[in-house]
Amino acid sequence: MSATIEEVETQRTEENYLTADYGIWSWFFTTDHKRIGIMYMISITFFFFLGGAAATLMRLELMTPGGDVVQAETYNKLFTLHGVMMIFFFLVPSIPAVLGNFLLPIMIGARDLAFPKINLASWYFYMVGGLFTVWAILAGGVDTGWTFYTPYSTMFSNTSVILAVVGVFINGFSSIFTGLNFLVTVHKMRAPGMTWFRLPLFVWAMYATSIILVLATPVIAVAMFLIILERSFGVGIFNPKLGGDPILFQHLFWFYSHPVVYVMILPGMGVVSEIVACFARRAVFGYKFMAYALLAIAVIGFLVWGHHMFVSGQSMYGSMVFSMLSFLVAIPSAIKIFNWTATIHKGSLSFDTPMLYALGFIGLFTIGGLTGLMLASLAIDVHVHDTYFVVAHFHYIMVGSAVMAYLGGLHFWWPKMTGRMYPEIWGKLSALVVFVGFNLTFFPQFVLGYLGMPRRYYEYPAEFQVLNVMSTAGASILAVGYVLPLIYLVLSLWLGPKVGSNPWNATGLEWQTSSPPPKHNFDVTPVVKEPPYAYSEERNLT
Amino acid sequence: MAGRVDAIFLALIAFSLFFTFAICFLIIYFAVKYRRGSKADRTTTAHSGALMEFLWVFIPFVIVMGLFVWATIVYYHQYRAPDDAFEIYVLGRQWMWELKHPEGKKEINELHVPLGRAVRLTMTSQDVIHSFYVPAFRIKQDVLPERYTSVWFRPTKTGTYHLFCAEYCGTRHSGMIGSVIVMDPVDYESWLANGLEPESMAASGAKLFRTLGCSGCHDVNSTVRAPLLDGVYGHPVPLETGQIVTADERYVRDSILLPKSQVVAGFKPVMPTFQGRIDEDELLKVIAYIKSLGKNVRVER
Repeated sequence: MSATIEEVETQRTEENYLTADYGIWSWFFTTDHKRIGIMYMISITFFFFLGGAAATLMRLELMTPGGDVVQAETYNKLFTLHGVMMIFFFLVPSIPAVLGNFLLPIMIGARDLAFPKINLASWYFYMVGGLFTVWAILAGGVDTGWTFYTPYSTMFSNTSVILAVVGVFINGFSSIFTGLNFLVTVHKMRAPGMTWFRLPLFVWAMYATSIILVLATPVIAVAMFLIILERSFGVGIFNPKLGGDPILFQHLFWFYSHPVVYVMILPGMGVVSEIVACFARRAVFGYKFMAYALLAIAVIGFLVWGHHMFVSGQSMYGSMVFSMLSFLVAIPSAIKIFNWTATIHKGSLSFDTPMLYALGFIGLFTIGGLTGLMLASLAIDVHVHDTYFVVAHFHYIMVGSAVMAYLGGLHFWWPKMTGRMYPEIWGKLSALVVFVGFNLTFFPQFVLGYLGMPRRYYEYPAEFQVLNVMSTAGASILAVGYVLPLIYLVLSLWLGPKVGSNPWNATGLEWQTSSPPPKHNFDVTPVVKEPPYAYSEERNLT
Repeated sequence: MAGRVDAIFLALIAFSLFFTFAICFLIIYFAVKYRRGSKADRTTTAHSGALMEFLWVFIPFVIVMGLFVWATIVYYHQYRAPDDAFEIYVLGRQWMWELKHPEGKKEINELHVPLGRAVRLTMTSQDVIHSFYVPAFRIKQDVLPERYTSVWFRPTKTGTYHLFCAEYCGTRHSGMIGSVIVMDPVDYESWLANGLEPESMAASGAKLFRTLGCSGCHDVNSTVRAPLLDGVYGHPVPLETGQIVTADERYVRDSILLPKSQVVAGFKPVMPTFQGRIDEDELLKVIAYIKSLGKNVRVER
């Protein structure tokens, strides 16, 4: 009799969140944060490649100065599709909803998020929002740009604006639910001994991100709702012919959309801090400053939206204030770069795939940040606003940095999420391909922008062709770099070698539970007795 | 002006290159020196790093505030047009630029200007938001419906320069392009005189002022009591509400289209709206006429 009980016990410890339950409904009705994270991962991958396909067609069109691959109407719909998919349905949910969902409760020693059902609802809202947007594409597409500027979007565009706007509106709730869940979880569900300054920086990053999601997302929801009111019912809010103000829309839009840039980059900073510490075998230098810098970026990020509107006709003095505050955001960003550099000083470095992505992130984020200073400078921004300079700048932040961090994090925690290791050679190769392809795609765009090529141009003067061809060539390399991980990561689910609980020999509670983790994360609630990143000589040797 | 913008840009490039190379150098140097298994000295000193943190907050802070002040000063001069600037009216619409010289000459997607003279553009849009962008002059300004914005430049070299619409405005956005042609002043005069001599903007405005019936009230001999418009433009106007506003393009426009919104102190709100009776083109002409009524004379009634 006692033998039978023992057998059951061992079986139970081997059971993990993937094997705890079977069947499609065990996924669609799950409240397990890990499974929801996996569901998000599959969905955002779909939207990423959809947005990527649009980008591919755009780059092909731009290889020649004249219009040849697609029609002007189609081109305009492609860049709108690309922006909407990548921003609202890939970048915003990427690290928070996939890695954050999966890891945040485990990292603080909790069994799940505070509101598991709201977490599941978040995924459903995301999917319904996504379906509306896909419906908008099937209904003929949208040509307003992801910015939906009025009065073009409300009174002039003849495309499916309402469907896309409804999609973005609904998707907003998924962001709010995730943010709310993270905030409450970090406040209320930390394991014994997990004090605020023992939280991994990834958790701090999620916390700062959640503040932005909860405070900013309602504003975009309101702006989208007002677009529906004006376009469908003729209520004059933004159209001056009806007594509205088109600039008001820009204020509402950027009050969300600038902070949301930090929703894309702060989680990446969190991921990079974890990876750099692990592969340098050292505690993150200036841990408290790193945590405060995350919060500072989140707070100041709310006060700089007007730098998108320097030439919109807003007041000159208003522009000056926004310019100064935008320069100030550079300070906490610089702190982070210096501290990562100081972290690898006197470390014991190894260069596995996640570390390659993290180092690539630091380099590209430095360039993205410094070109941000140029855009914060009023006199320069007047010239390069709405040109390819801006396009290059924000791709360095949102693709060069945020996507690199997402891929780095995905490789780092892949063995934890799946219990299998990815092929290291292929990982390193694709990290290199992404880095080279990315720079070749976007660096020429800085030059194009300063030479004066406006963005969202279907045709362009012939003198800009050489740089555009370089950019398109880079994009084809970048595409390979993104398809490779898709293939080898999926294959590793069957072919990858099984790993133990801590393949990287890292600190952090997520590495103390088995891989993949059991349904409720820990068999016994862990008690935290040491600060984060307690890498030491002994641990280095093992 | 282009030179002053480029100077800041070059300074920022130099700063960025220094910074990027310093970080890249350190990362690569540390990556090699402290690679796993290397014999490098890894003993760390016990200091907290607070001094380092302070330094790399303080030094970047001083640098970026310096850059902010420099760029803002140049912007201030970019923003304020000099008094001697002559005025050109710009009307943007999907998907073309219409440019009107004060002498009355009208151009489409081309703007001829004389070398060396400051030009101030007063711009409005008939439909969506456009943006007037001449990369060679480093100037850009959004052009909004139902509102006037302005931008100025002083060409320093003859030649033909790109004119782009920089704010996405619909299907043929990338076709809303043209050129600015900077000419020798002598050539410009002959270009201006070439062809049929059209009426100046102000003269057309004066005609409209009569045909639309404005002169019936806003005239010295009129029996209806309405403010005289001589010398009003560019001066402060006291309103019934006690506010004082400057009579700029926007004020004149609002007074024509929404006459009851800003009534001059001492007058009754009896003027009817001209909404629907006057188009953007005619509005610009009336404004040009009111401007021409002399900025320095002030006639009291």
